[in-house]
Amino acid sequence: MTKSISRRSFLKISGTTTVGLTVAATLPDKFLLWAEEQGMIKATYTPTLCEICFWKCGVMAKTLNGRVVKLEGNPNHPGARGKLCGRGNGGAGLLYDPDRLKTPMIRTGERGDGKYRKASWDEALNYVAEKLTRIKQQHGPEAVALFTHGTPTDHFLPLLSAFGSPNVGMPSFAQCRGPRDVGLELTFGEGSGSPERVDLINSKVAVLIGSHLGENMHNSQVQDYTEAIGKGVKFIVVDPRYSIAAGKAHAWLPIRPATDLALLLAWINVIISEGLYDREYLQKYADGFGELAAAVKEYTPEWAEKETDIPAAQIVETARLMGKNAPNVCIHPGRHAAWYGDDAQRSRAMGILTALLGSWGRPGGMYLATTASFPKGESKPFPDTKAALNLGPYPFAGAEGVTQAIRTATIEAKPYPVKAWIVTGTNLMKSVPNQKETLEAIGKLDLLVAVDVMPFDTVMLADVILPECSYLERHDALAVGKGKSLTVSLRQPVVPPKFDSKPGWWIAKELGKRLGLAEYFPWETYEDKIKKQCQGWGVNYEELKKLGTITIPDTDNPYITPANQPTFKTASGKIELYSKELKEKGFDPVPRYTRHPVPGPGEFRLVYGRSGVHTFSRTTNNPELNELFPENAVWLNAAKAKEMGIADGSYVVLENQDGVKSNKVRVKVTERIRQDCVYLVHGFGSTSKELHKAYRKGADDQQLITRYAVDPICGGTGMRVNFVRLKKEGSNA
Amino acid sequence: MPKYAMVINQRRCVACMACVVACKKENEVPPGQFRTRVIENTEGTFPLLRMELRSELCNHCDNPPCVYNCPTGASYKADNGMVLLKHNRCVGCKSCVAACPYDARYINEEKGYADKCTFCDHRVKEGKEPACVATCLGKSRVFGDLEDPKSPVSVALRENHAEVLLKSAGTKPRVYYVKKFSKPE
Repeated sequence: MTKSISRRSFLKISGTTTVGLTVAATLPDKFLLWAEEQGMIKATYTPTLCEICFWKCGVMAKTLNGRVVKLEGNPNHPGARGKLCGRGNGGAGLLYDPDRLKTPMIRTGERGDGKYRKASWDEALNYVAEKLTRIKQQHGPEAVALFTHGTPTDHFLPLLSAFGSPNVGMPSFAQCRGPRDVGLELTFGEGSGSPERVDLINSKVAVLIGSHLGENMHNSQVQDYTEAIGKGVKFIVVDPRYSIAAGKAHAWLPIRPATDLALLLAWINVIISEGLYDREYLQKYADGFGELAAAVKEYTPEWAEKETDIPAAQIVETARLMGKNAPNVCIHPGRHAAWYGDDAQRSRAMGILTALLGSWGRPGGMYLATTASFPKGESKPFPDTKAALNLGPYPFAGAEGVTQAIRTATIEAKPYPVKAWIVTGTNLMKSVPNQKETLEAIGKLDLLVAVDVMPFDTVMLADVILPECSYLERHDALAVGKGKSLTVSLRQPVVPPKFDSKPGWWIAKELGKRLGLAEYFPWETYEDKIKKQCQGWGVNYEELKKLGTITIPDTDNPYITPANQPTFKTASGKIELYSKELKEKGFDPVPRYTRHPVPGPGEFRLVYGRSGVHTFSRTTNNPELNELFPENAVWLNAAKAKEMGIADGSYVVLENQDGVKSNKVRVKVTERIRQDCVYLVHGFGSTSKELHKAYRKGADDQQLITRYAVDPICGGTGMRVNFVRLKKEGSNA
Repeated sequence: MPKYAMVINQRRCVACMACVVACKKENEVPPGQFRTRVIENTEGTFPLLRMELRSELCNHCDNPPCVYNCPTGASYKADNGMVLLKHNRCVGCKSCVAACPYDARYINEEKGYADKCTFCDHRVKEGKEPACVATCLGKSRVFGDLEDPKSPVSVALRENHAEVLLKSAGTKPRVYYVKKFSKPE
């Protein structure tokens, strides 16, 4: 009814002086800003936390008449500093996406055919609880696995643990940051943190290896990066593609893909042979310099030139640039590191280089995390479980779990059967390589439950779909930040949940209740839980509600000083240039270069990355972001395109070495990429018909990643090991 | 009276599009239409390349062809230097759309009038920065009063060689560009 008010009649009504609540209540959305300008309605601002990606930026959400009209950065929040990226600005596009999951649903057809019936929450939750209970009786609680990403983890991981299963798998480990973190943990005893503790604003020189900051959009880090660019920090950017960051580099090294380790070892070789390392620092903090020096002797710049395609002279020159500016040099550890299967060793090499330059704990390098923390609360201990299968045979797999190890166990029913998957906040079909294996594993399940906001590809394979409300409609766990300082931030609802969607905490609690686990959820509402937590932490909840984030004063100690000495939680208590731990487990104690297969004639290595306006597949259907970047294009070197007779903007199909074909995808003919690889922005080519904007738009890189090189150290899946051919297609018209 | 202007430090732009989305939300720009955009332009042959990232918006010209070509007097140059529009005088004739050499105007089909960047006049009146400037992660866009020698725009113009778009068109733009290419000198 409100929609039928014409502009003219509305103006007439509002022209009178008796305009008040009655008119405001019936204001059509398109007049909200106008009404605000006229002073008829007032905006409210609610602080909360973004979850369009996982940087968790502080947001000030502006609402008019109960509608979220704009999202702005929270000036108090260290990840946002009053600004949001394009995705964060477009967050309300998720809230108001007409394709959102609206009610619980139970599958009526075959898996994947998209036939569902609506169910009440009671029915759906009872259905899931009964099935889970039956599986527990027949196979034990560990036959239930959880795949998760983001804040749902805070609700569903405790549920899984209480249920008695250790089997969690987060793609953020084996498919993303895992190899990086493991490499740094083996070297320094800890990872780089998230946000990474890169001190770019104080660097003199910074090195980006495959990190395409600016396209890989992490708010405060991009703010630091651009500040550094503005200040004239010299960036050395290693990338087969002329990324935005490469365009701003002092030196762009267009490396032959899969040879990054050769470059790093050659840099280490030069730093050592030219005596550019920090002797005093190494003597004090590091172990194994002699072994390292001996092991890298063979990796000369001349040798590396043949591997990497980067002139030896440039390798020497860039190494000297780092050496001369040490310790104010940041070797950015990157983020998505699952590339070639030797990724933990590449991360080790980056860590070793950082150590040689004395940059860990020094201005312009990697700053030290705050040592402050909040006291641990008391909670009911979880039951003991059978041996976990989520770590696979990988000695250094992290607690986040190795997704594909659970998948393999599900297929083979070894070492024991897995009969149910709960999938929350992750689109496994898009995040884990080899979709055929994922589908095969799903085929073995008695139950697949999906908890999500949108009908993503994996959601549409589920037996039961439980619609979570968006981040703007719910409480979540307090976000504790351990960057320079200790911070705590709050996600709180800006508007009530739309449709029949529910917060993740409620879904987990209600499932827990039905599984006889109510005592693990000893609170009525999540706000009660948060309030109690704040009390225990000495944090003023009312103030937190108002400010959105609180920084605990005097908790920062970012640099090494005589009074602030670093601790290294490695076996030796020192930085391990030579890793005895790795040696004991049968791995190279100092990274060693091995050659990877290269594409054959007519083939290109498939590399992939990010767009600044998208977070994987999560945002591809968001109307406000889809508008800016509706489908990806395959980047093809201009000279190659000419040779192959492929025109810019024409459509091709990508076919990989195993005969798997992509959707048709537009070609971007460009000078900005090497001739031996092609590039796709990740996350496109959705198979879910319920995503009306994203369905079959662009090519799905993960579909073409049928092969993956497993990192034997930690289980990371190297995904840049597939080769594709381009087959011409008709135009899209 | 202030003289508002914008300076865009192109090297600090990463084409993240925060400005584009913030502008659309702030000003209810209809789907498919934009008041600002970011252009990427790379020159050269692999691997000898250089990149330009250029934010474009209304130039709030001192010699504005859109104003001169408006038959109804809807488009006007405000005292504070902004080129603005009186919506109730606009008949949607598109003269201004055709006259603008910067492709900065569009017809807002939902509302039935010509539309464009207002330098977020409504925010500036409240002492805030335009939405695109406020959210610019790279501090690539700065905004302020040319009459105030301490304003960020005055400082930027004093410290840099600045250019304007299509100088030869004689439009005297109030949007200035510095550090055109991404690569440091």
